[in-house]
Amino acid sequence: MKRTNELIVGLAMVAVITVITWGVFAVGDNMPAGVTPYSREVYQLHMIVLGIVTVIGIFVFAAMFTSIYLHRKSRGAEAAKFNHSTKAEIIWTVIPILILVAMAIPATRVLIDMEDTSGAEMNIKVTGYQWLWQYEYLEDDISFYSALDRDSNAARQIGSGISPREVDNYLLEVDNRLVVPTDTKIRILLTSGDVIHSWWLPDLGWKRDAIPGMVNEAWTLIDEPGVYRGQCAELCGKDHGFMPVVVEAVSPEDYRAWVAEQTGGQETAAVDTAMDEMDREALMAHGEDIYEAHCAACHREDGSGMQPAFPALAGNAVVTGELSQHIDVVVNGRPGTAMAAFGQRLEARDIAAALTYTRNAFGNETGDLVQPADVVSMIDPRLDESIVSTDRPPN
Amino acid sequence: MTDTTAHTDDHHAQPKGLARWIFTTNHKEIGTLYLVFSLAMFIVGGAMAMIIRAELFQPGLQLVNPEFFNQMTTMHALIMIFGAVMPAFVGLANWMVPMMIGAPDMALPRMNNWSFWILPFAFLILLSTLFMPSGAPASGWTLYPPLSLQGGNSFAFVIFAIHLMGISSIMGAINIIATILNMRAPGMTLLRMPLFVWTWLITAFLLIAVMPVLAGAVTMLLTDRFFDTSFFNAAGGGDPVMYQHIFWFFGHPEVYIMILPAFGIISEIIPTFSRKRLFGYTSMVYATASIAFLSFIVWAHHMFTVGMPLGASLFFMYATMVIAVPTGIKIFNWVSTMWRGSMTFETPMLFAIAFVILFTIGGLSGVMLAIVPADFQYHDTYFVVAHFHYVLVTGAVFAIMAAAYYWMPKWTGHMYDERLGKIHFWWSTISVNVLFFPQHYLGLAGMPRRIPDYSVQFAEFNLISSIGGFAFGLAQLLFVWIVIKCVRGGQKATAGVWEGARGLEWTVPSPAPLHTFDTPPQVDDTVSAHKDQLA
Repeated sequence: MKRTNELIVGLAMVAVITVITWGVFAVGDNMPAGVTPYSREVYQLHMIVLGIVTVIGIFVFAAMFTSIYLHRKSRGAEAAKFNHSTKAEIIWTVIPILILVAMAIPATRVLIDMEDTSGAEMNIKVTGYQWLWQYEYLEDDISFYSALDRDSNAARQIGSGISPREVDNYLLEVDNRLVVPTDTKIRILLTSGDVIHSWWLPDLGWKRDAIPGMVNEAWTLIDEPGVYRGQCAELCGKDHGFMPVVVEAVSPEDYRAWVAEQTGGQETAAVDTAMDEMDREALMAHGEDIYEAHCAACHREDGSGMQPAFPALAGNAVVTGELSQHIDVVVNGRPGTAMAAFGQRLEARDIAAALTYTRNAFGNETGDLVQPADVVSMIDPRLDESIVSTDRPPN
Repeated sequence: MTDTTAHTDDHHAQPKGLARWIFTTNHKEIGTLYLVFSLAMFIVGGAMAMIIRAELFQPGLQLVNPEFFNQMTTMHALIMIFGAVMPAFVGLANWMVPMMIGAPDMALPRMNNWSFWILPFAFLILLSTLFMPSGAPASGWTLYPPLSLQGGNSFAFVIFAIHLMGISSIMGAINIIATILNMRAPGMTLLRMPLFVWTWLITAFLLIAVMPVLAGAVTMLLTDRFFDTSFFNAAGGGDPVMYQHIFWFFGHPEVYIMILPAFGIISEIIPTFSRKRLFGYTSMVYATASIAFLSFIVWAHHMFTVGMPLGASLFFMYATMVIAVPTGIKIFNWVSTMWRGSMTFETPMLFAIAFVILFTIGGLSGVMLAIVPADFQYHDTYFVVAHFHYVLVTGAVFAIMAAAYYWMPKWTGHMYDERLGKIHFWWSTISVNVLFFPQHYLGLAGMPRRIPDYSVQFAEFNLISSIGGFAFGLAQLLFVWIVIKCVRGGQKATAGVWEGARGLEWTVPSPAPLHTFDTPPQVDDTVSAHKDQLA
């Protein structure tokens, strides 16, 4: 009679807990299945493991609640005397081991698949910086930075008065998307220019850390055109939440067209003008763009900075002082602070423009025009001392 | 030894007031100091959690800027781990271990005093960084370089505070080991010891093994930051990933330092309120030891995304999955202890049952996290935040709550207010699930952790989570009131307190006099809480 009771109550508990669990899963979000063969494998693995642990949970909790319901003093239950059962203990050691082995086998298979970057048709190098990404297409010789888009950036300031709900893809949009072809195995190399970041796109099924001094690799093969959004996943400082990853997958034909658009005509022009002197207007205009993309996150758009970590540039002693010192700080950074060595990531032309801009904006009135040649003269001697290359070959 | 313990107190005038607490070498008074300190830190760390949840209440930045938000997440973790959970367990050990093994006091009473009194200074230093120009640490409690090295001079204070906490923990651990191994009453064989004593013995060894590792890691950070070394600086030949390996070699055992004593507490409470001996006592002991051993060989599962060789990833995945076996044994043993018992549901038992259920949920999501390819998605998202809050809040903290209700009558001599206790339980248990369960969804849907603002697609579950957070925070103020009320008065507690309670601590009067077991008791199977099933 006792055993029959326990069985009936137990089954009822299984039913009730199953319904509750189903409800809990139904109201929630789940992992996206993604748009690559690999991401679907990960999704399946996730669902298998989730299913197994859910069933285990249901049975454990059903046993507990059966006991809580039946074996209570208020129902007149008397305590049994047993406190040991070798048979039971062997069973609940062996069965979990078998379940774990069953989970480990597909997990191992998917992991081995992920690690195999051979046969990649193109390579993209991703470099994380505080707080934007640099994308370099190694075969097509395209390189650009990708930062949070202006609308999101304006809305995310404290007291901006702009509702995030009115911004399209709030915090998940960038100025320059990473455009990639579909149906192409792409190897992605990851590194960082300052602190550790992590490049994550849920629809690809993985994230991988971008670590200074190391090159990590991963691969993907997207089979559905579309725009996919993710974020930096490793805490990288104050704007960690504001460096999205946006990938636009297009057909291989459209990709070729995009590449042609990026490189066609512009390439020669860029080479020709890289070291040319620029006039004040050109320097200021280009400088403002560079400043907003690379400097404003810390020093603010109006140069007011954020004390004490990020000094104001308006009226700043270095910015309004001797030019060589200013160039030195921008090119080589300030070790031990968040001030990066921009000589390693920007062209001389960009640095010259940014320097000109900061020396003539926010009420700074030095009147100085800084030309690319001035900057190069600062970079070169340092290069001769051989800046240690921090890139290690991938293992 | 019996000679000295026999005439310590009565001949000396007891200092009164503040001096009593500053100079005390009594294990019960030091236990109280630890517990009060821990409760204070729980409130401070909880206040920081409220700031975090308030900022995340809706998308957009409303209250704090991102730097301060990062300081809050970092400080919340450091304070909860080193200030709230660990001292609470040490406090419980101080109070209960000598009484449970029939010892008159801890083995090293003066060191006991010192190991407590370091803590308030350590936390004053840590908290003072909030008011320094360069602010509190903002790189997460893991202090990963190079980010942590971007902090200002306050970083030196953080490291000094961590060193002090480590020294305190190591001294506490030495004391607990010395007490358990040397001062057990006659007949209190190792396999008759209460499970709480066993789990603490093992925890103490973990502490001694890994706190120096943390000290080494943060000292290298210190010299990298201030003395131009390059342990973790790639440009100087160092390796930032090496820090993560060292840190997690400390960090994973640390996780078990915060849960093994909780296992011990639950293993005391469930038999009492089931009126039945603990099921599988011996296998519980071996399972605890296995978990402790495994904790040393799974550290890299915290860093699957740094790009490890395939073989290493597979090893750490398999080793991590193996932990599910001894942990499962524990869960099954608790359920079997309840099975065909004669249960009542006073507040400690309610918290213990909630522990078993909610810790199991945290453990099962832990199994999911062990699966490396899936972890490439889960890692550093709110799924992880949900996972470790299930094991730490509804695990460790719920066990501490259960212990407080269970032993409070023994400490104060009064029963706590059962009605308020039950309200506290239901309020906490419902709100904590509203707080943390939706975070699983957020993580799966793509929300990274440690961000002050988020895309609008995450708004609903963050809103729900924040409401749960405020409710849970408020419930803990009720707990503070229940404790105060119980200290001040209430129904007189008997020596046994609970009908089904076994063990030496229930043979002394309530409140436990300042000195107990000056003459060691004789222990056999009828007195001990558990039966050695091998004997």
